[in-house]
Amino acid sequence: MLDLLTSGLHGWGPQLLSGTAMTVAVALSSFLLGLAFGAAGAAAKLSDSLVLRGLAEIYTTAVRGVPELLVIYLLFFGGSGMIMAVAGIFGYGGLIELNAFSIGVAAVGLISGAYSTEVIRGAVKSVPYGQIEAARACGMGRWRILRRVLVPQTLRFALPGLGNVWQLTLKDTALISVTALAEIMRVAHTAAGSTRQSFLFYSVAALLYLALTTVSTTAFQQAERYASRGVRRA
Amino acid sequence: MNWTLMWDSLPRLLAALPLTLELVALSLAFGAVLAFATALLRLSGNRVAVALTSAYTFIFRGTPLLVQIFLIYYGLSQIDLIRDSFLWPVLSQPMWCAILALALNTGAYTSEILRGAIETVPQGQVEAAKACGMSRVRLFRRIVLPVAIRQMLPAYGNEVILMVKASSLASTITMMEITGVARRMIAQTFAVFEIFIVAGILYLLINFVATRLIRHAEWRMTPYLRARA
Repeated sequence: MLDLLTSGLHGWGPQLLSGTAMTVAVALSSFLLGLAFGAAGAAAKLSDSLVLRGLAEIYTTAVRGVPELLVIYLLFFGGSGMIMAVAGIFGYGGLIELNAFSIGVAAVGLISGAYSTEVIRGAVKSVPYGQIEAARACGMGRWRILRRVLVPQTLRFALPGLGNVWQLTLKDTALISVTALAEIMRVAHTAAGSTRQSFLFYSVAALLYLALTTVSTTAFQQAERYASRGVRRA
Repeated sequence: MNWTLMWDSLPRLLAALPLTLELVALSLAFGAVLAFATALLRLSGNRVAVALTSAYTFIFRGTPLLVQIFLIYYGLSQIDLIRDSFLWPVLSQPMWCAILALALNTGAYTSEILRGAIETVPQGQVEAAKACGMSRVRLFRRIVLPVAIRQMLPAYGNEVILMVKASSLASTITMMEITGVARRMIAQTFAVFEIFIVAGILYLLINFVATRLIRHAEWRMTPYLRARA
């Protein structure tokens, strides 16, 4: 099997393997970035401030309603300009160029974050309010309540939803092949072009993605089982 | 922000709107037929049918749509069997390749939504219908399907939005729908934000209208939930 991958496939095996590693790296970084955006977005949506709620609402509605490809083009063609404009405010006038990896992670992370926001918000709201009152009655401070009561339970409630977001994120990484980052899809595209074996290489790409999604489904199932080990089953 | 440029980009982006709508409508229509057949086969209990439909949904939900589009557009054209067959006039066109990929993709997701909805139809209602002497077909047509469709509407609304967004991938195989036109105009003018905003608003409007339509259908189908006047 490994031999076939390294020597077979017209010599494209190694590139496909490193493409898979790149896909995993992009997906993991984007997912983590998305979690950060999601936590911030959920906090904003649950806050008392009208401005924060409005901003978070615009973020999730716009990003979830606009095609992923368009968001990627925005950051791909406009990302450097944005960073340079921000740097200009701080007095830096030089040329800043972002590499394909950071643009890809930023774009997919932004998309992933919009979906995570909704998942995390829902999970926070499903923590019974009585528990927070109880924690307060025990004299816990805001941060301690967050750390000991809210976050652990939110994580458990959010896991199934976050599993879906992960699958979306993983599949969205295929779109950043348009920025020429050498992940699975880009390698398959190049290989298909140079060998004229499109069917073969896109099928291999499909199999690689299937393997990744299958492995992560199992991983999330395990995580859910672990997270709900203290919960009685009906 | 260049307002005149935004205003000037509108006609060209609007001209691409019909193609986007056509892609979405045709894919959803074919996808619905496919989903219906798949869900029925999946629930039929026939082992071959269950295995085939499970494989179909597993493959199409587990891989990115971009792979599916490229596999159909670039991959199938390599196979001589397809080049020589009656399918070639259809599969040689990017439009139909895009619709085929989108329909297969949404068919896989929708069949799971429909299957879930059919399984939640209360058993008591099915028993009552049986007790009334309904045949299997009539039971399905009169009781199971209407209840299931009503049940699946919110989830299906999300799927419609996903399809509107997914239609943008047709631009990767030369189709000049909204995203394709937007990309070309960004490359010509370098006015990234202006064009992104106009194209984005167009998509948000499509999704807004689609959401309202689904909500309205849901409202029509749940008269018993409305407060009586």
